[in-house]
Amino acid sequence: MNLRRRYLRDRVMQGLVYLGTLAVLLPLFFILYYVFVQGIGALDLAFFTRPPAPPGEGGGGMLPAIVGSLVVDLIALALAAVFGVAAGVLLAEYPDHPLNPFLRLVSDVMAGLPAILMGLVAFVLVVKPMGHFSGFSGAVALALIMVPIITRATEGVLKLIPWEITEAGLALGLPRWRVILSLVLPAARGGILTGLMLALARGAGEAAPLLFTAFGNPFLTLNPLEPMDTLPLKLYVYAISPYEDWHRQAWGAALLLAAAIMVANYLARRATRS
Amino acid sequence: MEGRYRMETQRLSVYYGKHPGVRGVSLPVHDRKITALIGPSGCGKTTFLRALNRMHDLNPIVRVEGRVLLDGEDIYAPEVDPVVVRRRVGMVFQRPTPFPTMSIFENVVAGLRLVGVRDRKRLMEAAERALRMAALWDEVKDRLHQPAVGLSGGQQQRLSIARALAVEPEVLLMDEPTSALDPISTQAIEDLLATLKDEVTIVIVTHNMQQAARVSDYTAFFLDGELVEFDRTEKIFTNPKDPRTEAYITGRFG
Repeated sequence: MNLRRRYLRDRVMQGLVYLGTLAVLLPLFFILYYVFVQGIGALDLAFFTRPPAPPGEGGGGMLPAIVGSLVVDLIALALAAVFGVAAGVLLAEYPDHPLNPFLRLVSDVMAGLPAILMGLVAFVLVVKPMGHFSGFSGAVALALIMVPIITRATEGVLKLIPWEITEAGLALGLPRWRVILSLVLPAARGGILTGLMLALARGAGEAAPLLFTAFGNPFLTLNPLEPMDTLPLKLYVYAISPYEDWHRQAWGAALLLAAAIMVANYLARRATRS
Repeated sequence: MEGRYRMETQRLSVYYGKHPGVRGVSLPVHDRKITALIGPSGCGKTTFLRALNRMHDLNPIVRVEGRVLLDGEDIYAPEVDPVVVRRRVGMVFQRPTPFPTMSIFENVVAGLRLVGVRDRKRLMEAAERALRMAALWDEVKDRLHQPAVGLSGGQQQRLSIARALAVEPEVLLMDEPTSALDPISTQAIEDLLATLKDEVTIVIVTHNMQQAARVSDYTAFFLDGELVEFDRTEKIFTNPKDPRTEAYITGRFG
């Protein structure tokens, strides 16, 4: 085949690849741009420092929801990280363990369940016995969503760690658990952290599982045993309301949520690189 | 007669499933000498070596039969903890395996620190001693706290040796430690072996017959999972008893 035609074909293929990339990125940029334009106006000082105001009164902010999101999401992440990483280690490092087929099935099913069902589970497991809604029950619901994501990410990245590392550790006379804890997991920490961030991003954006768990709360509270507000909950409630200034604040909440998740991702990536 | 040697295998067989990788090998390992295991690819020398510190334990399809004596005691006896065996019988692998998240210093003392040795001074002394033994001290003493993955391949392999030596094993198993290295690094490691054998007993698997002839005191020739001949190295290379050994060392196969 002649060289000119090969070059031409290369160009065409490259063009197609760029076009495809653009087709993926364009909607993303459009969404971010639109959220930014709609939301930036709502982000004033009151938005970050004040509790919500009644409709039409103006002013008011998202302080309880911002604090609530932080508390609920961090508790959820802590819970999910413990179980998710442990399950991932079991699947990757002990492939012959008799529990594994069951574990894999549960993890796959959980990953496929609608988020609102996780809210229902948390309602039955936590809200009913406690007798009232709470930030903690919301965190349990979100953790149930996060666990399978973390398990998969952990298993995947652990399987990429060369077996030679494990053997070298064992040959030093280290017990297996020590090798996993001090040699294999640190070598995989970048991938695991990425998995945690993905899970956090997924959980932090959920409103449905919180409707009958965290429930929402117009007053600021740091106590996860009380009902709590979160940004997606507020976003949902404000977006379906008929009030103009609530709509504006809903856009602000959307922008803040998107920005927070992006910043968290960026920081996690930077932390693992150094 | 037990206990005459540092290690000794008695009718040692290793099976991968039904397939025997090593068949009925009885071999002595003399104290503070270098024993070389040679033979063509797939002859079972690495499989044999890995049986000497129970590295096969992690692979459920591998079965070990026969006895492996360390100072006269069977390391496969039911009451023996493989972790303890591996502390006494260390291993260096074909490819260098620095722990990627650790500095040079942390790598060398990993075997001590991770079992709870916290004393900074003791760790520093152990690191210097091991690095000197591995002939790496002068090259890394000014950058002990830099990442180990920044070292060259030859340095990484000597670091792996230093790391194995830091836990003060009685026996050091080496699985083709120079096969991934350039000639200069290979030379450095061969020189090192000669000085190490004052302190540790060494069993080395090598593809390279010249290397076996240069560094070892005893040589065992393996073929198809069986031990064909074992003797003093000079005897094996000058006047072997078995015609198959002679064929191999004169380069007629393998």
